[in-house]
Amino acid sequence: MEFFLISLLNSLSYGLLLFMLSSGLTLIFSMMGVLNFAHASFYMMGAYFAYTISGMAGYWAAFILAPLLVGIAGIVVERYGLRAVHKYGHVAELLYTFGLSYLILEGVQLIWGRSAVPYGIPEILQGPLFTLYTTTFPKYQAFMMLIAVLTLLALYLVLTRTRIGLIIQASLTHPEMVESLGHNVPRVFMLVFGGGCALAGLAGVIGGNSLVTEPGMAETLGTIIFVVVVAGGMGSLMGALLASLLIGIIQTFSIAIDVSALDLLSAAGVSISPHAFGHSVLAVSLSDVAPMLPYALLVLILIFRPRGLLGKREN
Amino acid sequence: MTTHSLIASRAGGLTNSRLTLMWLGFAAVLLFAPHVFTSSLAHSHLTQMGTGIVLALSYNILLGQSGMLSFGHAAFSGLGAFMSVHAMNLAGGGTFWLPLPLIPVVGALTGLAFAALIGYVITRISGVAFAMITLGIGQMTYASALMFPGFFGGEGGVSTNRVYGEPILGWTFGPQIQVYYLVAFWLFICVMATFYLTRTPFGRLLNGVRDNEERIPFIGFNPHKLRYMAIMTSGLFAGIGGSLMAINFEIATDEVLSLHESGAVLLFTFIGGTTSFFGPMLGAVIGVLLTKLLPDYTAGWQMYLGIVFILVVVYAPGGISSLLKPGMDMVRRTILHKRYALFFRLLLSVTALVVSAILLIELLYHRATGASDPLSLWGFSLDHQGFIAWVIAIALLLAGLLTIKASGRALVRQLAEDTAQLEGEAQ
Amino acid sequence: MTQNILELKDVKKQFGKTEIIRGLNLEVRRGERLAVIGPNGAGKSTLFHLISGRLSVSSGEIWFDGDRIHHCTAQQIYQRGLSRSFQITNLFSRQTVYENILSAAMWAQGYRYTFWKRISQLKPLHDRAQEVLELIGLAARRNVSVNLLTYAEQRALEIGMAVAGGSHTILLDEPTAGMSRGESDAAIELIKTVSMGKTLMIVEHDMGVVFGLADRVAVVVYGQVIACDTPENIRANAKVQEAYLGVKKDQKKEVTDGIA
Repeated sequence: MEFFLISLLNSLSYGLLLFMLSSGLTLIFSMMGVLNFAHASFYMMGAYFAYTISGMAGYWAAFILAPLLVGIAGIVVERYGLRAVHKYGHVAELLYTFGLSYLILEGVQLIWGRSAVPYGIPEILQGPLFTLYTTTFPKYQAFMMLIAVLTLLALYLVLTRTRIGLIIQASLTHPEMVESLGHNVPRVFMLVFGGGCALAGLAGVIGGNSLVTEPGMAETLGTIIFVVVVAGGMGSLMGALLASLLIGIIQTFSIAIDVSALDLLSAAGVSISPHAFGHSVLAVSLSDVAPMLPYALLVLILIFRPRGLLGKREN
Repeated sequence: MTTHSLIASRAGGLTNSRLTLMWLGFAAVLLFAPHVFTSSLAHSHLTQMGTGIVLALSYNILLGQSGMLSFGHAAFSGLGAFMSVHAMNLAGGGTFWLPLPLIPVVGALTGLAFAALIGYVITRISGVAFAMITLGIGQMTYASALMFPGFFGGEGGVSTNRVYGEPILGWTFGPQIQVYYLVAFWLFICVMATFYLTRTPFGRLLNGVRDNEERIPFIGFNPHKLRYMAIMTSGLFAGIGGSLMAINFEIATDEVLSLHESGAVLLFTFIGGTTSFFGPMLGAVIGVLLTKLLPDYTAGWQMYLGIVFILVVVYAPGGISSLLKPGMDMVRRTILHKRYALFFRLLLSVTALVVSAILLIELLYHRATGASDPLSLWGFSLDHQGFIAWVIAIALLLAGLLTIKASGRALVRQLAEDTAQLEGEAQ
Repeated sequence: MTQNILELKDVKKQFGKTEIIRGLNLEVRRGERLAVIGPNGAGKSTLFHLISGRLSVSSGEIWFDGDRIHHCTAQQIYQRGLSRSFQITNLFSRQTVYENILSAAMWAQGYRYTFWKRISQLKPLHDRAQEVLELIGLAARRNVSVNLLTYAEQRALEIGMAVAGGSHTILLDEPTAGMSRGESDAAIELIKTVSMGKTLMIVEHDMGVVFGLADRVAVVVYGQVIACDTPENIRANAKVQEAYLGVKKDQKKEVTDGIA
């Protein structure tokens, strides 16, 4: 029971973090058709910026400034790079963001080195929030969840209640029409891209110290958020939320369950000799397979339900 | 009209006789390269270029020919590599007879089998979704490497010895140069095969899938079937490439299945150019130079690689090979019309850009090492802790950035005018 | 052999909640030239998509040459002898004129997914491609990349792609759209030549073309065929005038002159 509840809470906080990351990616994808391979790199940037700024001016300054800086970086990337590549089609845009992720990784390693940096949790947020049975639930994790929920609420409100939000929603499906109505759609695209990156940066600010801040962080999370966006349905924020939580649950639970098919069989009274064909496959436990599960989900969804859980657009 | 003249009038004028000449020339280059570059290290690099070319060509069957972007190519080449080391170990242990030169057949069959297994289902989709599936498949294969240490050897991988069995015509394939010639042999076969593939009806249809998949059923063919055949063909040659890598390095680790490896093939193929047959070959050569040779000179080689890639994506999406002909054309016309001043001006801008970029990157990397002694570059001693070096570098960069567009345009415009004038006079 | 090469029986097509084709019945006779006219949005292109297999029917039946085809894939329908051109030019963009035609001629020449023979060795394929090339008048533009062609040349190539396989039934979707008078006339001559001895269905807006070319005219309005008859009878048909042109009885004379 304890295991279940703790894992559930962990899944929730991890899933919400994933959603913060993938919401930006979904928005960018819906609007511009660009699958931003470098999205997780902006997450990484946010964490590293936060590390440096909090070293100089404290965590809260970093909390405000780092996402802003990442957002500005995103705007620059869109304005001077992505826009130039746009005319060559979606594959070229994907390749551009792919190369960008490479460059950002190099840049980060150049400035901050190749090993993890000690980006720490601020004192006020350290320590346990409450204790469930024998496991403590950290304050910081609760803080992360709170920020994630608040950001998403803000996102929802902006998209549905403000004028710019309505323009964005309209541009999601009918950019040309919106442009002929007099709105500066390229500027909207730029803002959405920057906003999406800023969201990723904010995720980095709050996630970087709780997880780890190191050059590999982008690659690990990067492919997972693609799974989220695809599984949730390219273009659906609700779908991204569902998929994030689902993947959060899958990854958190599976890593902890050290049960293999072999174990299940022997519990049922069937024993298989170590020399039998397929033994090594059956001996693989769920926790071994855990890293692979999100990708298996991705492949299965793309095969059986290509538009994802809640997707509207078929690419 | 005879068939002969029909192909002659195709762009490039590749008649049968010209083709034969091309193959002979290529064979000659392969034969004599290790005698021009004689060090053992050079032979190692040449061998890696060879395997790199096979991999890039196999990748371009999907990307350049069929328009299928894949992020999981390493799965095919990597599995080919693993099967090959196992085959080499088994053959070396006497389980069956399979001399080293035939090992790439194992790789080919592995790549083909894997593609046949998963290809039907994953090629039902195309476009960005297909790219995502290949990402998933690639990552799954990579993840399973550590899950099945029996086959994949865990973190240490599976090693082998390529020197086994009876020597063939006196060759044991121990020395690097002998491995090179084995790779070169298979390279020649693969290049020929993939080249002629582009000239078959199947090759033509793959281009059709790339250019307008929608129309394919309306000329009588099934685009899904074509994509399935494309991935199987690509897998086959990727398996050969993986096999050659395994022979060269005598080991296969989980790294050969990684996204890093898939990304590298993508990078090299794209940099070389996906729109021509020999673009990927050029890309593989450049790729090996950038990733094997360059690291000896600078710590920033990955940065250079990334920058080159981005520049190609933005300014030369057809790859470097697409710049060769227009580039030579520009030089030829400059000489013809004697526009040396303008050309020199452009050259200055480009040099400023390149030099300043290198300066900055080297300074940054030197600073990152935390060294206190100045950077030594091209005989100059640059103090990265002072101001002057940085100021010069940034000033040069700005100078290059601000002038390049103008000087480029000036030359191009002038040459266009000259050409128009020449044509006007000729009439 | 049935007299009707193509039969549509109560065909309906819905996109979500919108019904575009609402119970369409049509019979196309073997060897005839049938023009399909109707106001914009009537469903003419959708009709072609349904027949050629690009879209599947929501209900109803389509019979081609004695077989049910409404569940067939587009390539199966092509293989049975029906080919089409597109309203919006739909060529292989990065290839030359010649390469486009080669691709379109392959199936009929018997080359399936052939990867063991080089094209340069396939003389019959080249002969056929050259034949089509000259037929559509683009022999001089043989090695030009199709995105460098003029609009009229592209439309001619569209037609060429549809006929290269020698299909006995050809559907042409607004082949002369956007053309000048002169270009249109040339296109019409081309269409007449390529459709000799074959069944032709053509969507057209230009009435001059229709009356000069068609044996019969089918009028499609709101997803149904409201009339299918000879051009003269259609011209005089009151239902057509009202539905298509929205005229009342007393304006009939002006309209009749207008259609002429």
